[in-house]
Amino acid sequence: MSFEQILFYLFSTILVLGATAVVTVRNPVHAAMFLVLCFVTTSALWLLLEAEFLAITLVLVYVGAVMVLFLFVVMMLDINIARMRDGFARYLPVGIVVAGVAIGTIVMAIWQTNFGHSDPVARGADYSNTRELGEQLYTTYVYPFELASVVLLVAIVAAIALTLRSRAGTRYQKIEEQVVVKKADRLRIVQVEAEERK
Amino acid sequence: MIPLSYYLTVGAILFGISMAGIFINRKNIIILLMCIELMLLAVNINFIAFSHYMGDIAGQVFVFFILTVAAAEAAIGLAILVVLFRNKRTINVDDLDTLKG
Repeated sequence: MSFEQILFYLFSTILVLGATAVVTVRNPVHAAMFLVLCFVTTSALWLLLEAEFLAITLVLVYVGAVMVLFLFVVMMLDINIARMRDGFARYLPVGIVVAGVAIGTIVMAIWQTNFGHSDPVARGADYSNTRELGEQLYTTYVYPFELASVVLLVAIVAAIALTLRSRAGTRYQKIEEQVVVKKADRLRIVQVEAEERK
Repeated sequence: MIPLSYYLTVGAILFGISMAGIFINRKNIIILLMCIELMLLAVNINFIAFSHYMGDIAGQVFVFFILTVAAAEAAIGLAILVVLFRNKRTINVDDLDTLKG
């Protein structure tokens, strides 16, 4: 067994066990942590597939941003875990049967299909996956790339608009009133009678 | 040398586990969102495996877009969850019956 195969089996096993833990553990915080484990091992699998840029992106974006957001929300909400677990044992057989059927059919389809690919050639040390991906992104896929940035912008605006709330009694600036103010509105010149010091 | 079908099998198993997760955690919206992330991850593994073995970089470009959309989806989903919890003080699926569904 080559070193590559050992790494593949190791990371695949951790990935499957981690995914099983995500869907079965009691505490949502632990589930989020196991999801982080899944993302990291998947990133290792993508490194084996020579997709270095996406592997690093997965760790940076998912583990660094999305999962932190998940953990933030999980810890902010006061969840009744015991009630959430109602029906866990009741639906477990259904879930296992559905998963078994799905995995069985997909795996049967995979192993009976000839995908008609040739063995991938090993890339040289000077090959840059990031460079090739960037060349594609900025030439052939430039319009989808721009659209993706619009999607992210919409997501930012939507998330802020959803969660923003204005409480009654909060003090804040009214900029439009501030900029139209005149000197006469604020300044009053008074004449003070001079007094003699006693 | 690892065959293509091994990676596809890993993706299929991951997809099946997350599908089972949706069934057995049907009360907990947070775990449901995590299961959807796992499903997208399984699909991405397939995309990258095909991209590597077919020698076509387009598969990785698609994974890039899927990651973008999935991040946006997670952000909006969690924002909805926060608003829901603020208004109803619960995120249990059984309590969300305003539409009489």
